[in-house]
This record gives sequence, C-alpha cells and structure tokens, in this order.
Amino acid sequence: MAKSIDVSDLNIYYGDFLAVEGVTIPIPAKSVTAFIGPSGCGKSTFLRSLNRMHEVIRGARVEGKVLIDGQDLYASDMDPVNVRRMIGMVFQRPNPFPTMSIYDNVLAGQKLNSKRMKKSESDDIVERSLRSAGLWAEVKDRLARPGSGLSGGQQQRLCIARAISVEPEILLMDEPCSALDPISTSVIEDLIHELKAQYTIVIVTHNMQQAARVSDETAFFNLSGVGKPGRLIEVGRTETIFSNPQDPATEAYIQGRFG
Amino acid sequence: MTSTLAPRRKRSTVVRPGDRIFSGLSTSAGILILIVLAGVAAFLTIEGIPGITASPDEVKSGQSFLPYVWPLVYGTLLAAVIALLIAVPVAIGVALFISHYSPRKLGQVLGYLIDLLAAVPSVVYGLWGIGFLAPKMAPIYQWLESNLGFIPFFAGPASATGRTIMTASIVLAVMILPIMTAICREIFLQTPRLHEEAALALGATRWEMARMAIFPYARSGIVSAAMLGLGRALGETLAVAMVLSVSAGTVTANLISSTNPSTIAANIALSFGEASGKTVNALIASGLVLFVITFLVNFAARAVVDRRKDFSGAN
Repeated sequence: MAKSIDVSDLNIYYGDFLAVEGVTIPIPAKSVTAFIGPSGCGKSTFLRSLNRMHEVIRGARVEGKVLIDGQDLYASDMDPVNVRRMIGMVFQRPNPFPTMSIYDNVLAGQKLNSKRMKKSESDDIVERSLRSAGLWAEVKDRLARPGSGLSGGQQQRLCIARAISVEPEILLMDEPCSALDPISTSVIEDLIHELKAQYTIVIVTHNMQQAARVSDETAFFNLSGVGKPGRLIEVGRTETIFSNPQDPATEAYIQGRFG
Repeated sequence: MTSTLAPRRKRSTVVRPGDRIFSGLSTSAGILILIVLAGVAAFLTIEGIPGITASPDEVKSGQSFLPYVWPLVYGTLLAAVIALLIAVPVAIGVALFISHYSPRKLGQVLGYLIDLLAAVPSVVYGLWGIGFLAPKMAPIYQWLESNLGFIPFFAGPASATGRTIMTASIVLAVMILPIMTAICREIFLQTPRLHEEAALALGATRWEMARMAIFPYARSGIVSAAMLGLGRALGETLAVAMVLSVSAGTVTANLISSTNPSTIAANIALSFGEASGKTVNALIASGLVLFVITFLVNFAARAVVDRRKDFSGAN
C-alpha cells in the first residue's frame, strides 16, 4: 500500500487552453503533501490529473508523465477506471450518495469491484472504514439511515470512509474542509494525521494554517498572469516553505500579502 | 406583551399588490383545476349510473354492465402495460444516451427529433400502425406461433393481418415514448455533478456511474414519466381503434391472434356514433371506470415514490 507519485514536466490542457504548465514534483509515500496557492492557479486541476478525474471534462488532456511507483498513469493500456480505484478522492463539498444508506455509502466502492461478499465480511469493512474515518461511534446505531441526514462534517468523514474502504494506494483531497466549521475541520485534520500512516495523502487547501498543521511537504502554485497557465513555484519541506521560502512570491503569499 | 405583539402583527399585514395579484392568480388556477376535475367526475357519475344499473335487454350489447366492461378493462390494461414495458427501457436508454453519452450536438438533434414524435397526431400513428407496422408484424407473429407457441402469449392462431393487441401496444409505445424520454432526459441532466464525480472517483465506469448516481437520483422522476406515459396509453383512443381487430367480450392472454379485447377508449369512440338510450349511459359508465383506473394508477405511483422519500436526494 501507499505508493509514491513522481510527476515530471506535466502540462494540462482544456481543449487548446493550457491550464497548468510544466509541473515537476515528487510526492513521497506515507506523507501529507499540501498544495497551496491563489484561486485559479491550477492546483485543483493538477490534483485531479493525479487520478485522471480531470478527464471528466470534455477536451481535457495532459502531456508529460505521472508515475505511481514507477507505473505510468497515462500509459495507453492504463484504464482511468482502474486508476481511480487505486487512487481515492475526497471532494470540496461532502457528496455522499443521497439515495443510499450510510452503510451502502461506505460499501459503494466495494460494490463496483462486484465481489460477492458475505454479510459479516461487508459488516467488517463498514466498521473498519468508519472507525478509520472517526465516524463509527456517531453513526453505528443508524447505519440504515440516509447519509444525507448527517451534518456536513460527518458527511465529509463518511466520504473519507467511502474512499478508504477500498484501501486505495493514495488519497487525494480537494479542499476537504472548505465547507466545514472549525470544529469539524480540526476533526478531519486529526484524521489526516492518522491516515498518513497508511496512505499517501495529497491535499489542496486555501487555508495556510491548515497546510502548516497537517502537511509534511508543501507545494506553492501561482499564476504568472491573467490568462496564463498556472505553475508550480516551489516545493519543499513544510517548515522550510513557511519559514524560509526560496521564491519571493511564495513569501508574499504565505505572509498574506496577496492571494 | 401587547406592546411587543402589536408591531409584529402590523408588519405581517403589509401586502404588496403584486404579491396579492399573483397569489390570487395562482390560487384560482389551482381551484379551477379542481372544479374541472370535479365537473368531469360528476358528469361521468350522474350519466353513468343509469348505464351501470341498466338491465341487459336495455343496452345494445345485451349484457349487464360488469360482464360488458370487464373485457374492456382487461384490454385497456393489457395494451397499456405492454406499451409501458416496451417504452420504459427504450425511453431510459435514449434519455441516458442524449444526456450522458452522445456528443452534445448529436444529443440536441436527437432531442429535437424525439420531441417531434410528440407532435404527430394520433390518427397518423393509427395509419402507420395499420398500413405499415401490422403487415410487417404478421410474419413475425407466424414465427412466434410456430416456435414459441407453447407460451400462452403466443398461442395463436396468429393473425394474418397483424392487427393484434401486440401491434396496438407497439404503436402505443411509440406514442408515449417522446413524453417519457423528455422527462427522463431533463431529470438525468439535473443529476448533481457532485454525485456523478463521487461515483467516478470511486472507479465507476460510465454505466456504473449511471446506476450509482443517476438512476437513484432520477427514480421518482422515472416513475412520474412512466405514469404520464401509462396515463396516455390508457386513454389513447384513435390509434387503438384503427389498429386493433376486436371481437367483443374476449379476455385472453394471447397477444398475436385476430380476436382481441377492445380498450375502453377505443370502444367508446367506435360505439358512440350509433348508440342511443341506455347504451350511451353504459358507454359513459365505462368512461367512469377508465377515469377511476387512471386515478388509482397515479395514486399508486405517488405511494411508490413517497415510500422512499428519505432517500430521494431532496433533503
């Protein structure tokens, strides 16, 4: 489990529009890597290119290489469906399936693998995933209720449980706390700390304190100008980026002078 | 107490003329529907009761009401249900293709074409059924009889003209397809992107995404679409009257023979011109039966949709 990611010289296009240009970044296994930067700088787009979710949008394509433990994500024989089964994702807004119970939500990924499971087996998976997501105590008595009845923070943890129930190699999180209150946010941040023992986690955040709190590595993205593609400005150990950034733009951003 | 209550009451009485006009308009529109419905129901009941109580020798069919109307009810339901069985999967498939699979341009063109089907008058469908579909279906019925004759539906003798209840149902299916497709398409398009992405991010293929995110979300809409289609199929008159070769009083599971039960609506249309006296009342009473059936069908559909309200995605 938990694989590293190696991105070299990645360009991401929407049709003819170059959205992200020339990203080269190593992402170590079993660590948390945070992407920070102003809105529209391509960090979410880049995150989505790591499990090929950006392909959902018509005309999206990439140039360059993304290697997961040496395996090329964009090789011609790589099926995006398999990629996404290996690399889980948590979205900005909690999105449990409203038509499914809490129990079925957690098992949604398992069902796609279309393995026939014994009841006891699926019970185990549900309990283990919900425990890992720190939600078990709160929902164990109402597993048959719809997931949409939970609070926002609980829904987001349910989504995390759903993503990790299939035991992915990597967990991508796209601003997972931006729709949550501070208490739910701190619960999820604690959770991220625990999860990194097992998973490689990549998180996009607008909240610089959050990046400083949860991540081991931080990457700063920026736009070179309006209509220009987003670029990776610098990446390094989180302490280094926050205390002694190399690039003046990074320093300006983390000190709140723009963005 | 009074001093705090008084200003609040005063504030709630501020009514803007625009609000008042609009609420008046919408309320009266709502009431108007109820009045029209009550009027139709009252007419059918008052005019129908003499037909229900009429003795066999007072009406043209020479039967009392229940034995007279039962084969018609059976034929109506059979034709409508078969039409629905054919049309629902096609409508869902076409709607899904338009909303999620096809290139956008092709989807738009296809959407227009389907809407165009809805604009074709039913007499044209009747002509198409009798002049084109029935002769084409006749050999298929022959084949069904000789190869699948052991199934009661295809027991035969196969109709030589093809004017069977199966043909009528296919025509009905084509007729109810546009409205059902249009509704399904609209609902499929409304599936929140969040849910679609949730499914895709778990590694769902497009079809799995449809099953996981789109269909559950659209469930109540699909039921509504099917009920609208069923309502139209139950009430469709002219096309059935033209296509179906009827022998009065038949109740059979055989779908491919030339002796078929008629439907209520088609029977009224065909018999009304030469009916008089109590026979007219009997026809109106059969209309009342159709009215009640349609009402029950809609009621049942509501119940089905409501039963899983918590999971509808509306909360």
